[in-house]
Amino acid sequence: MSGRSLRRHITSGLMTGLVAVLSFTAVLALVLILGDLIAKGASSLNWDFFTKNPVPAGQSGGGVANAIVGTGIIVGLAALIGLPIGIGTGLYLAEYGSGRLGWIVRFVADVLNGTPSIVIGIFAWTWLVRPMGGYSALAGSVALAALMIPMIARTTEEMVRLVPHSLREAALALGYPRWRTSLRVVARTALAGIVTGCLVGVARIAGETAPLLFTALGNLNFSTSVTQPMQTLPHQIYEYASGPFAEWHRLAWASALVLMSLVLLLGVTARWAIRQRHGSAR
Amino acid sequence: MPDRYRSVTEAAYVSGRMTTLPINPATTPDAVPAPVPEPHWQTLRGRNVGDRLYRATLTALALVLPLLLVTLLAELVVGAWPAIRRFGLPFVWTSVWDPVAGVFGAAPMIFGTLASSLLALLIAVPLALGVAIYLTEFSPKWLRQPIAFLVELLAAIPSVVYGLWGIFVLIPFLRSYVVPPLRAALGWTPLFGGVFYGNSLLAGGIILAIMIVPYIAAVSREVLLAVPASQREAALGMGATRWEAVWTAVVPYGRAGLIGAVILGLGRALGETMAVTMVIGNRHDISLSVLQPAYTMAAAIANEFSEAVSDLHLAAMFEVGLVLFVVTVIVNACARLLIWRVARGTAVGSRAL
Repeated sequence: MSGRSLRRHITSGLMTGLVAVLSFTAVLALVLILGDLIAKGASSLNWDFFTKNPVPAGQSGGGVANAIVGTGIIVGLAALIGLPIGIGTGLYLAEYGSGRLGWIVRFVADVLNGTPSIVIGIFAWTWLVRPMGGYSALAGSVALAALMIPMIARTTEEMVRLVPHSLREAALALGYPRWRTSLRVVARTALAGIVTGCLVGVARIAGETAPLLFTALGNLNFSTSVTQPMQTLPHQIYEYASGPFAEWHRLAWASALVLMSLVLLLGVTARWAIRQRHGSAR
Repeated sequence: MPDRYRSVTEAAYVSGRMTTLPINPATTPDAVPAPVPEPHWQTLRGRNVGDRLYRATLTALALVLPLLLVTLLAELVVGAWPAIRRFGLPFVWTSVWDPVAGVFGAAPMIFGTLASSLLALLIAVPLALGVAIYLTEFSPKWLRQPIAFLVELLAAIPSVVYGLWGIFVLIPFLRSYVVPPLRAALGWTPLFGGVFYGNSLLAGGIILAIMIVPYIAAVSREVLLAVPASQREAALGMGATRWEAVWTAVVPYGRAGLIGAVILGLGRALGETMAVTMVIGNRHDISLSVLQPAYTMAAAIANEFSEAVSDLHLAAMFEVGLVLFVVTVIVNACARLLIWRVARGTAVGSRAL
């Protein structure tokens, strides 16, 4: 092997090693963050944490029951608004999306997917908070729904497109009208994929804070009224992390651990299920 | 394509072969073919009432998104109008921000947004490209899925959790182990000058970098996977080493898509709010030093929007939102077009967007 060739092979080996190291660095970041969450959050998880409301600043004890319930309500309502629109848009894109409108909708969905969530918050503030004269959980839900629709639309489209044409043709040949073919045969076949896509979408918005800052606002007390301000876990973490008290920091870590577990549970189940089904092992 | 999906029963009926088909004028009003002025349109819509209804419903739902985009833009412009009229273009390059006196210039926020995002790219691009290249070209097969999955998980961590981690883990770490040697070696340059308080451009940039790695990595990986195997084979067949094949044949082939992936990450970084707000220091000031606090547009909206002291202040916040929105839309549109050029018609990266 000549010197030049040797040098080329050494370079190749070194660069291979380098990209491997870079990959493991990225994984290391994840391990560090999850490790810190468990190390600093797990010890504060107890019955009180899940069942009690926050206590006034400076006192110890208390929990985040109001934030857990609030996250459930706001995210649930957002899903109720966002999922039908998102799935409908996705079906439209898959079934009729070859024309100009399809192109526009697809492009807009991708653009909105990249829009900062805080700007969506301004949107909800203008259309709901200002006319209604006050912050409300409903405004927060609408903001989260608006964030969710483009995501759901694109995954639904992808999943529906994976359904083989032969299935559709068979249904049409049996005399099924198009709409029933689309709903009963095509969408049903893609159902598992659509559902996992929705789970990923819900997981993504469950962790959002920015659009809730001036819509749902946050609330120190327990509240289930959607026309009133409502506390959520992400917002609670933000408030507690920015505050000066060690007690708050402890609760912030515990809340973050709970939020992370919730998001991971939704996201990991969904991703795992999608892999099982479509085996996109590349 | 449209013809294939046309309701088969109707086609049969229309052609007169299925005379026993129950004729129900209420459900098949168009059963008797009339001269069709726009045959393409007609077949696309289907002739069945259910089909029409179905299509109309889906179209209405699909119109929500374009409507959302238009109202969003309109509302930002309307809300920002008083500030636009008052300050004009200099809004983006003057740096006084005095809500009490009613003078607003957004230059420091725009600078901070760009600086933190570029710093993030500087760190994230090598990492993400490393992940993508390693996973598509070098890693053992059994390692591919786990690593891709773990890197993707980084995208699942909520922004506010990154912020929390930044405040209590990253900043103390920077203070004890990173900044002292940095200052000792490079303290004389303006880039690393000044006192380090913790909350800084550096902390914001690093957090942002970790947050955008999964997006850039996922799209880059899909782009590299879309490069035909013949590219690699040709390079290897000419005697290239494995790295040379990757660097001279695979990467250049996917260049447009890779640039798209990076721009996508940039779009993410520009609009990221919570984590940055929590660690960047929120100081309305332009400083070249990465150790100094800074401000970003998203952070300013998060902090000041609901506490605007006057109508003009609120209008200025709307204008900041408008600038942020327009910049991210342009950046994302560029990314999208670049990625589409490589993987036309597929949904590569759409989930990461």
